[in-house]
Amino acid sequence: MKILVGYKRVVDYNVRIQVKPDGSGVVSDGVKLSANPFDDIALEEALRLREKGIATEVIVATIGPADCQAHLRNGLAMGANRAIHVVTSDAIQPLTAARTLLKLIEKEQPQIVILGKQAIDDDCNQTGQMLAALWNRPQATFASKVDVTGNAVRVTREVDAGLETIEVDLPAVITTDLRLNEPRFIKLPDIMKAKSKPLETIEFAALAVESGDHLKTTNYAPPAKRSRGVMVKDAAELVAALKTKGLL
Amino acid sequence: MARILIIAEHLNGKLNSSTARCVTCAREIKPDAIDVLVLSEAPDSIAAEAAKIESVSKVLTVANPANAHALAAVCAPQIAAVAKNGYSHVFAPSTTFGKDLAPRVAALLGVAQVSDVMKANDAHTFQRPIYAGNAIVTVHAPADQILVATVRTASYPAAGNGANAAPIEAMNVSVELPTHTRFVELAQAKSDRPDLQSARRVVSGGRGVGSKENFAIIFQLADKLGAAVGASRAAVDAGYVPSDLQVGQTGKIIAPELYMAIGISGAIQHLTGIKDAGTIVAINKDGEAPIFEVADIGLVGDLFKLIPELEQALN
Repeated sequence: MKILVGYKRVVDYNVRIQVKPDGSGVVSDGVKLSANPFDDIALEEALRLREKGIATEVIVATIGPADCQAHLRNGLAMGANRAIHVVTSDAIQPLTAARTLLKLIEKEQPQIVILGKQAIDDDCNQTGQMLAALWNRPQATFASKVDVTGNAVRVTREVDAGLETIEVDLPAVITTDLRLNEPRFIKLPDIMKAKSKPLETIEFAALAVESGDHLKTTNYAPPAKRSRGVMVKDAAELVAALKTKGLL
Repeated sequence: MARILIIAEHLNGKLNSSTARCVTCAREIKPDAIDVLVLSEAPDSIAAEAAKIESVSKVLTVANPANAHALAAVCAPQIAAVAKNGYSHVFAPSTTFGKDLAPRVAALLGVAQVSDVMKANDAHTFQRPIYAGNAIVTVHAPADQILVATVRTASYPAAGNGANAAPIEAMNVSVELPTHTRFVELAQAKSDRPDLQSARRVVSGGRGVGSKENFAIIFQLADKLGAAVGASRAAVDAGYVPSDLQVGQTGKIIAPELYMAIGISGAIQHLTGIKDAGTIVAINKDGEAPIFEVADIGLVGDLFKLIPELEQALN
């Protein structure tokens, strides 16, 4: 069984995002870039399924500019068998990403596609669901537990009401939540090994994907700031302050 | 002409307040119609609740045993079919229900989705947060397509459920529904406390609480205040409380009147979940913790000493 993993590069989660003064975007020069944390979890889950003997091959795929190769090498160093790089310098939107991944599915015929539930840059939380719809296959989003049994997979999902378990037939799309697993660290020898693993590049235009980039972003603004309030000395003062505000 | 279709969120026969919050967002657009769609095995009581929400024009119901559980793969084709009956917008709440479902609807319609709408400037221009709320973008959607959006429920109060009595219309939707996705179970913590997402008061604990056992102190204070209980990611990851209590970028985004952060340092991912709270109270032993930069009222000290004192002062 093949597993395809979506592996997006984003601004590292520790970077404090600054909006450019002219509102044209966020400051991206020189900021650290990393794998989307949810995608690391997706890759980890795929690797574990391979280690259990359920999957035979794990493919990481990204859609991004030419310098994403180093990012894909990280995915290979973590343990993916091979990588696919769809090269585009344009920032594409989720519908286009889903249509692009569908092209890769048609080519690779994976049984399971695992994506992060959201990318921590645009926070859209859309691509996996859109891909499942376009593929006309099940989706199991926000997964915190994945059990593959034969031709189906049982997925426990983190939902607002608690933990929901659903069973979906394969092939299917799974999107990961935070507590699915803890991704492994990359070891130095694996970085060396990753250099010789296959990395295929495909020009985005060559896939003839119909663009789904229908949204136009016209302005970036910093969020409304909450200002620092008052400090109180003890519990009694806190209660008094809450009473003054009419909260008690 | 804007006609907005809102997908009702419900569980165990009860309408979720997220639906009425979507109505408030829809009203910003001043549409010609706001219709609510209820997909359920037994939609009648849910539809009756939805019909009372102010500004709702009409409630549509699709009764089908396949709709007994809100499975996105089953609901989405029905919603896409209804949306094609002249709707300009499809709104769902930005809860796990709506996040799971709406993109599947958008993809079936071949349109983009605007996630987490926090303000509608006009019918096709919206503001939404990116980078964990560290930037707010203005996005324009094309006017010649159905617009699918999820509504950031913390940005909107629930529309009143006053004297409205919108007509309820039962529909038949003839689309083929998949059987490849099956509901197995929902494990729900039994709790008499208010629901975290709609509570007026929330008491949250973080890593500083130290253990699952110690979390009792948070629950006790919450009960004293009639508050819901929340937690930081650190507390959930450490196993102190279940995941449905997590507040933040990837957990729940909430806007209570009073939010008390106890033993929570205040990572940006957590702060994005509470920035719309009315009053934030922080109790932490580290006076330099970032939570104090956003707290309206701060108290530095040992929570295990301060909380019992606080409870006493509340008597």
